[in-house]
Amino acid sequence: MVPINYYIILSAILFTIGVTGVLIRRNALIIFMSIELMLNASNLAIVAFSSAIKSFSGQIFVFFVIAVAAAEVAVGLALIVEIFKSKRSIDVDQMNSLKG
Amino acid sequence: MTLDLALFLVLAIVAIATALGMLFSQNAVYSALFLVLNFVTVAIFYLLLGAPFIAMAQITVYAGAIMVLFLFVIMLLGADPLPKTAVLPWQRPLAIFLATLLAVEATFLLVTKARPTGSVLQPEAAVNTMDNLREMGMVLFNQYLLPFEVTSILLLVAMVGAITLTKKEKGAK
Repeated sequence: MVPINYYIILSAILFTIGVTGVLIRRNALIIFMSIELMLNASNLAIVAFSSAIKSFSGQIFVFFVIAVAAAEVAVGLALIVEIFKSKRSIDVDQMNSLKG
Repeated sequence: MTLDLALFLVLAIVAIATALGMLFSQNAVYSALFLVLNFVTVAIFYLLLGAPFIAMAQITVYAGAIMVLFLFVIMLLGADPLPKTAVLPWQRPLAIFLATLLAVEATFLLVTKARPTGSVLQPEAAVNTMDNLREMGMVLFNQYLLPFEVTSILLLVAMVGAITLTKKEKGAK
């Protein structure tokens, strides 16, 4: 039996690695991947809690989160491609104007 | 140490190492591949937690569809490392310090204040796939039918949005 605390600590560590990625990387694609990592970390915590209270609701919530993440990736990557077309770079330091 | 705990610790080390590899590799393709490995590890955690459907959805949607989309875009935009710039040189150490603080604080609060108790099920008792999936389908299509339908509309909107964003405007070029 693995105590649920271990899963929660692992989830917190993975989430923090995602936050660090968003903060220190300048490549827009890697920032996006870090956001996916954070979503995954929270999903892991939700499934761990759902397994501890023996309920399916948490798993279904995670299923919806995965669907929303897929939609988010499709739109986000389209935006990144558009930004690359106008700026010729995916460095977030270059994205400093509202008007493309 | 039981088999469960040993399996958990080994997988946790792999998950954290791949996440750090994603964070620190200079090549975006390596980052994406590290992230695929991380997603597969998290899928195995879902199996250990008795959620086989979520584990398979994780592999097909995340490690399959989403990461392939990422790799496509990386190939499209070029995987060269970005040139070094000196914009905000103090930002990186400050970010690492604050992130470490966040990790300590989040772990401390979750473990001491939220006080989650209990343990997760043994895998062999939890992963009885057919019963698990049947019950989950019943809950999904009875209690959560409306959110399920709304998700389909959301996916349609995202698809239309992605096509509209990348479509060339009429008359341009």
